[in-house]
Amino acid sequence: MSLISCDNITKIYQTGEMKVKALKNISLEISESQFISFIGPSGSGKTTLLNLFGCLDKPTEGLLKVIDTDISKLNYIERAKFRGKHLGFIFQNFNLIPVLTVYENIEYPLVMVKSLPKKEREEKVLGLLDAVGMLDQKDKMISQISGGQKQRAAIARALTTDPKIVLADEPTANLDHESAYKVMSLMKKLSKEVGTTFIFATHDPKIVKEVDIVYTIEDGFLTKREDKSENGRQSNV
Amino acid sequence: MYNMIKIAVRNLFRQKRRSMLTIGIVAFGVLAVMLFTATAGSFKNIMVGQITDSMLGHIQIHSKGYVASLDNLPLDKTIKTKQIKKLKEILSSIPEIESYSFRILLGGMLSNYKDSTSIKLAAIIPENERKVVPLLEDRLVKGTFLKEGEILLPDLITKGFKSKIGDDIALVVTNADGSVNGQSFKISGIMESIVGPTGKYGYIHFDDAIAMLRMDSAEISEVAIRLNNFDDMKSVFTSLKKKLNKIKNKKGKPVFEIHTWEKLSPFYSIARMIDMMSLFIKIILIGIVLVSVMNVMIMAVYERTKEIGSLSAMGTLPSKIRLIFLFEGFFLGIYGSIIGTIISLITVYIVNISNVSIAFGRGSDILLKPSVSLSQIGTTVLIVVIVSMLAVLEPAIRASKMEPIEALR
Repeated sequence: MSLISCDNITKIYQTGEMKVKALKNISLEISESQFISFIGPSGSGKTTLLNLFGCLDKPTEGLLKVIDTDISKLNYIERAKFRGKHLGFIFQNFNLIPVLTVYENIEYPLVMVKSLPKKEREEKVLGLLDAVGMLDQKDKMISQISGGQKQRAAIARALTTDPKIVLADEPTANLDHESAYKVMSLMKKLSKEVGTTFIFATHDPKIVKEVDIVYTIEDGFLTKREDKSENGRQSNV
Repeated sequence: MYNMIKIAVRNLFRQKRRSMLTIGIVAFGVLAVMLFTATAGSFKNIMVGQITDSMLGHIQIHSKGYVASLDNLPLDKTIKTKQIKKLKEILSSIPEIESYSFRILLGGMLSNYKDSTSIKLAAIIPENERKVVPLLEDRLVKGTFLKEGEILLPDLITKGFKSKIGDDIALVVTNADGSVNGQSFKISGIMESIVGPTGKYGYIHFDDAIAMLRMDSAEISEVAIRLNNFDDMKSVFTSLKKKLNKIKNKKGKPVFEIHTWEKLSPFYSIARMIDMMSLFIKIILIGIVLVSVMNVMIMAVYERTKEIGSLSAMGTLPSKIRLIFLFEGFFLGIYGSIIGTIISLITVYIVNISNVSIAFGRGSDILLKPSVSLSQIGTTVLIVVIVSMLAVLEPAIRASKMEPIEALR
């Protein structure tokens, strides 16, 4: 089943009188349980495409369906609800809530978005903390943990609502080599365990090495698709 | 809800110094309002107490049209014997009325057999008058209170006449028929003159006035009423007015008119002014809270733009983001109010045990007893909290309407 379906989508930003075409005629399909990366130079359109997949923005032209939903037809509130229900986000700067503990940060989407009962929340959060190896850090404030730990907490938070898709924009950019490696291994392991599709926008070769499919974007165009799985192949798009 | 409250409270302590400063400003505003209201309220109570307890009583009843011509003290606009009987019945039927006193007000010429002067007099029944205006007797500078054949004179007249206690003095009055009658009185007491409508009146006994005015039966100029509880004044006034209005003359018009002390004393405008000043102080408080809370919350939204973006990206609905900020405003207001109230109560307690006194009317050493009522605390806290939340409304709406993509950039 196709989770994301792009049909000839274009994104144009208007800056004053100037129009910038950030994405040009992108067409692709992303299936369930995939580990995908979009690579390309800065300004090529990776983050713009991730924002569209994350329902944070709408395409200017073309049809974008995320989990069978035409996101262009959703209003502001519907998009927020959609994101809360189906998507998880991992940010370059972690974007954890500094006034909450590690545990509370991971619990946040369950309380604010899903409104799960306390018992279920506790079970879910402790399970995720264990999965990301942060159980012993659960009561610490965000300022008390390292960058790698923050990103692990962010991964747990992204997975807490059992999203179908997790979108990660440069998730290892602020991490040292060792932490980045650990974070990537963790995401790959969780992707296999929970069956969630991870989509990255990155420059990081460590990520590229780990993913199943690599899309290359250059100057707003999707120029290359490389399938690194057993039956995969490289093709120009 | 609990989580939003938790986030809001913790957010307040992110910038401890800034939040403390804002809470301090709000607390200072609350302190200013409560102290002013307590002190001004105490002064107002003293003032009103002096006026009602030494002169006017709480409510007065006159024959229709009497108050409009009060300066002339007309004897043809008195309440007649038959109406007095009806009045007594009505007054006795209202349990909130503690006591009432009948008065005849009259003008006359006073002579010490050497000089003469005009004087306004109230003829009273001393026992009843004591109950209605208990501070009247305190106005005696010298001498004793009133008996038949005696007169109490204001100090300004005795000074001019160089009269003293025990001196005989002649009083000449004209009755409603126009006949002039005179009588000699012994000065039994000298009253301190005070500011107000009857503050320079002399006093004679009610029976002496009836005799001098050659009334066949008692007619009165006014009834002064004292209530068990001053706070019941409006409700008693309304019910009394309703009952009195049922009594009509032959032309079908009401026989009586009724007024609270407020309509009879110029001091009411001072009391109103005190209330107005309290209101202005409250408006200033609203301004302080509005500006300080709005300022701090605008800065908070600006500083937390990325965080708001990530909350929104995670699917937090705009209404919940708005609520987090509204709770922050609510708690800024609550903390400021609580601290302000505690400091106010301590300060009021210190003023009370310090025995601060003021001079007004009869009293030269009246203890200022400021007090803060529960309703006052409730109103102030409510104002502060509502204004704090209103101040947060604009930044909260702005935060909730942020496009996550813009906020995260």
